[in-house]
Parts: sequence; structure tokens; C-alpha cells
Amino acid sequence: MLSKQQARAFFLVGTFVTFLIFIGLTIYSFSDGQDQTNYENITAQVVRGKHIWEKNNCMGCHTILGEGAYYAPELTKVIERRGEGYVKAVLMSPVPWAPNDRKMVAYGFSEEEALDVIAFFNWIGEIDLNGFERIVSPLAKDKQLTNN
Amino acid sequence: MKYKSQKVAYWFFALSMLLLVLQLTYGFIMGFARIGMDGLHEYIPFNTARAVHTNLLVVWLLSGFMGAAYYIIPEEAQRELVSVKLAYVQLITLALVGVAAIIGFHFNIWEGRKFLEIPRPLDYLVVLNVLLFLALILLTLFKGKRKTTTALVLSMGLLFAALLYLPGMLPFDSQVTDSFFRWWVVHLWVEGVWELIMGGILAFLLIKLTGVDREVIEKWLYVIVGLTFLSGVLGTGHHYYYIGVNKIWLVVGGIFSALEPLAFLAMALFAVNMYRKGEKKHPNKIALFWTLGAAIVSFVGAGLLGFAHTLPQTNLYTHGTLVTAMHAHLAFWGAYAMIVLAIISYSLPNMTGRKLYDGTRGRVAFWTANIGMIGMTMAFGVAGVAQVYLERKFGMEFMAVQKEISIHFIVLIICASLFTIGILTYIYDFYKHGLPTDEAMETEENKFL
Repeated sequence: MLSKQQARAFFLVGTFVTFLIFIGLTIYSFSDGQDQTNYENITAQVVRGKHIWEKNNCMGCHTILGEGAYYAPELTKVIERRGEGYVKAVLMSPVPWAPNDRKMVAYGFSEEEALDVIAFFNWIGEIDLNGFERIVSPLAKDKQLTNN
Repeated sequence: MKYKSQKVAYWFFALSMLLLVLQLTYGFIMGFARIGMDGLHEYIPFNTARAVHTNLLVVWLLSGFMGAAYYIIPEEAQRELVSVKLAYVQLITLALVGVAAIIGFHFNIWEGRKFLEIPRPLDYLVVLNVLLFLALILLTLFKGKRKTTTALVLSMGLLFAALLYLPGMLPFDSQVTDSFFRWWVVHLWVEGVWELIMGGILAFLLIKLTGVDREVIEKWLYVIVGLTFLSGVLGTGHHYYYIGVNKIWLVVGGIFSALEPLAFLAMALFAVNMYRKGEKKHPNKIALFWTLGAAIVSFVGAGLLGFAHTLPQTNLYTHGTLVTAMHAHLAFWGAYAMIVLAIISYSLPNMTGRKLYDGTRGRVAFWTANIGMIGMTMAFGVAGVAQVYLERKFGMEFMAVQKEISIHFIVLIICASLFTIGILTYIYDFYKHGLPTDEAMETEENKFL
């Protein structure tokens, strides 16, 4: 029968080994050649867009990369789906945007701010999401084939 | 209660109860907004309500864990807390930081990163607060007469929880990297070190309530926390499937997160077996209800419902849908809320000297809250599965789907009302226990108090 010392050794060794593997895999994921995000395309404008995204807690209603709240649409492929003009109008709207009776806060962003957020969405939209990009976007190529 | 300083725990528990009521209030605001009743939108938009709802959950659970530690550590270490005054300072500053963060959320002051919305300057205050807490707990433990496994596991959980808060404060330009390290905090908290805290509290309660030999209970505690880390650390990978990082996480996350229910199954079997084995018939049956309930419901909520959408093939469709909300509600309730309510139910009569555990109120609270929460989980589940099929399989527009599933949110609100009645009954019972008093100190004659 398992003794207390053996149980403790199982805990300590198991934790240590899995944590080492976890660190190793993290380093591997961010090593050269593993990038799936087009990291080099992150411009100052994209970073400003991310900052606006965070500052206004957009994730508190929307999801992006499938993460956030589930109250408003997923925005990973929003530019592909709606086009820049529509997104810009929503971001700059001085009154709450509520196309389906569900209200969005009227942020009334300046044109520059709206373009920053659009740049952020454009960068997000190009990330290789291991197949999820085809699920979140009704415009995804394989879905169009199915529809045809 | 064996040491006077254990009374500090009462005030942490009282803060927990207050914040829990607030958390439920904001939950209702969100529930009603989902069925179109969003009259408060101008003052409390959904993103504010959501940030308040989830952050209050974290703060009331942390306050509960801290209260548990202030109650358990002196008893395990067999000495008074090193400083009661500083413990009160820690309580008040915790409450102030929490309230400041919540107020800020109403004025668009936040970081906007899921679960880590607290703005950066307050993050530093949280760190200071937790350091003070850890200093008090660890000093008490190391100056104590004995260092039990239960106390060590609990303290280790609290220490690592504090350390793991730090990766969430690293700034990144990439949303993907940001998200990657955000999960180091969120996942490794709730599916890692918080389970150490839960295990520590569970072991303490089982020792007290069942009378099973400490050596036996603590041996299995090691096995359980061992299983937790063995599966949970690499199980972090299930958050990395579809956020823009390497495919290797599909394999690693898939295998190890599929093993995660084992830790919860072990915990449930352990608790039930210790109860069966125990010869001591502690009169505080309601504390036993919550203790065994926590072990069993956490297996269902965190283990089984987590497994339901953790495999990459399933998660491809459920990622970012209400299926996650289904799992999250029962998991947090079973694993963490119920264990906090268990330690409160056990310690409250010991601190106040009022043995109210024979009444029916405690049982009404237990069953009403649990039935309400199971109903809520089912409502979220049906809404989530419908959303997955309509939106992800049939390509319907997001809002068109939301209208289709809004009926489930009426069910959710009804079940949430039942749940709230249970919680309010629990809090009324808490209030009826009165305030802690030194007269409740344990003596040979009243050992079961």
C-alpha cells in the first residue's frame, strides 16, 4: 500500500516534471519559425488598436480569438465579414449601436482611433488559428464551397 | 475554536457574504439584459456588469480562502496568529482595493483583459495586500509547534496563487502572447493552485468532521494534489488550441486536460470514503453536507462538464460559446464556492458559540442553492449547445441565434432566483449566528462546539 512518503514523492516529482515540460513547450511555441501570428506585421497602429480594445473592455461583451464574453459577436474575422466601412461607423457612432435591439456602448471614437482598432482587427484576422478561423467566419473558404 | 485570533476569520467570511450578494445582483443585471431588459445599460452596460460579476467572484472566494487560512493555520500550527492587528489591516485594505476596482469598472477604468480587469495601479496594491497576508500565515506556521501536511498544502496553494498573479502583469504587444500568459494566471489558478487550497481546506474539514486518522487523510491529499498538477499544468494547453499558437498544444492539451477529471474524481471518492470510514459523528451535519457536496459537485462541474468540451475536436466548435459559461458556473460553485461555504458552516458555530446546525434553515439553504445552480447550468448548457449548432454548424448570424436562445435565459433567471433564495437563506443563518466571542473557546467539556 502507498505510504505517505511515496504519495509526497509522487506529488513533488510529478509537479516538477510537468512544470518543466510546460516551460519547455512554452519556449518552443515562441521560438523562431513557430510564429503563426505574423508578428512582424504588428505596427504601432495595431498596438494602439489593442490598447483601445483593452481600455474599453471590449472583451466584456465580444469575443476575439474565441475569448471574452458571449453577449456580442465574435470579432476575429469581423473586417472580412462586415467590411471596414461598417466597423468604422459602429466605432464612431455617437449613439448606442443596436442593430438587433442589443445595445453597444456609444464610444464615439475619433476617425484615427477607429482606424487603429480596424488595424488591430485586420492583424487578428490574419492569424493562423489551427482551423478555428474557418469555424468563426461564415465567409471562410471551405464554408463557401459547402454553400455552393 | 482553540485560539482567540481565529476570530479574524469571521470578518473575512462576512466580507465574502457581502460581496457574494453583490455578485449575484450583477449576474441578474446580465441575465435580464440577455432577454432584452437592459434598462440599466446607460449606467451599467454589459461589460461593466460582467467585469464586476467575475471580479467579485474572485475577491469573495479569495476573502473566503484567507478567512479559512486564518481559521485553520493557528489550529494546525497550535499557536495564535503572529499579529491580529495586521490581519485586520489586511482585511480592510483588501475590501478597499476590491471596492475601488468595482467602482472604477463603472467609469470605464479597467484593463479589459478577461478576469484580470483590475487596473494596473490596483494590481500593485493587490500584490502588497497578498504579501502581508502570506507573511502573517507563513510566520504563524513556521513559529508554530507543528507543521502539518494540511497546513503546508494550504499555505503552498496560497503562496503559488500570489506568485502566479505576476505573469498576468507582463505587457505584450501581441494579443496572442498576452492571452497565452493571461492563462498562466487564470488557468493555473483555478485548475492548479486553487485546488491545493481547496484540498487543504477539504482535508482539514474531513479530519475534523469524520475523525479519520490525519495520516490517512494527508496521504490521500498528496495523491490528489499530485494528480491535479500532473494533469492541470499541461492541461493549460486546452486554452491554447485556437488562439494562434503551435498545434503541439492540441495534442498536449488534449491528452492532459482529458486527465483533469481524474483529480476531481479522486477528490470526490476520497471525501465520500473518509466519511464512510469515519467513526466520529460530529454534530455539525450541515458542514458535512457542504464538504461532501463540494467534493461531488466539483467532480461534476469542473471534471465532467470540463471534459465535455475539452477535447480539441469538440472545442473547435464550442470555443467562445455559452458552453463555457455552463461549465464555469458549476465548476466554480462546486470546487470553490461550496468549499468556502463548508468552512464557514464548520467554523461559524465554533467562533460564535451558537450551535444552529440542528435547524432546518441550513439544509434549506444547501438544497435550494444547489438545485438552483444545477438548473442554471442546464439552462446555460442548452443555450450553449443550441448556439454551437445554429451559429457554428449552420452559419446563422450571431444575433439571430441569440434571439432563438433567449428563452433559455428566462429559465436561467428563474433558476438563478431559486439559487439566490438559497444563498440569502445561508446568509440569514450566518447573521443569526451572531458575532464571534472568546466565550466560544473550546474546552474539554464543549469539544464538539
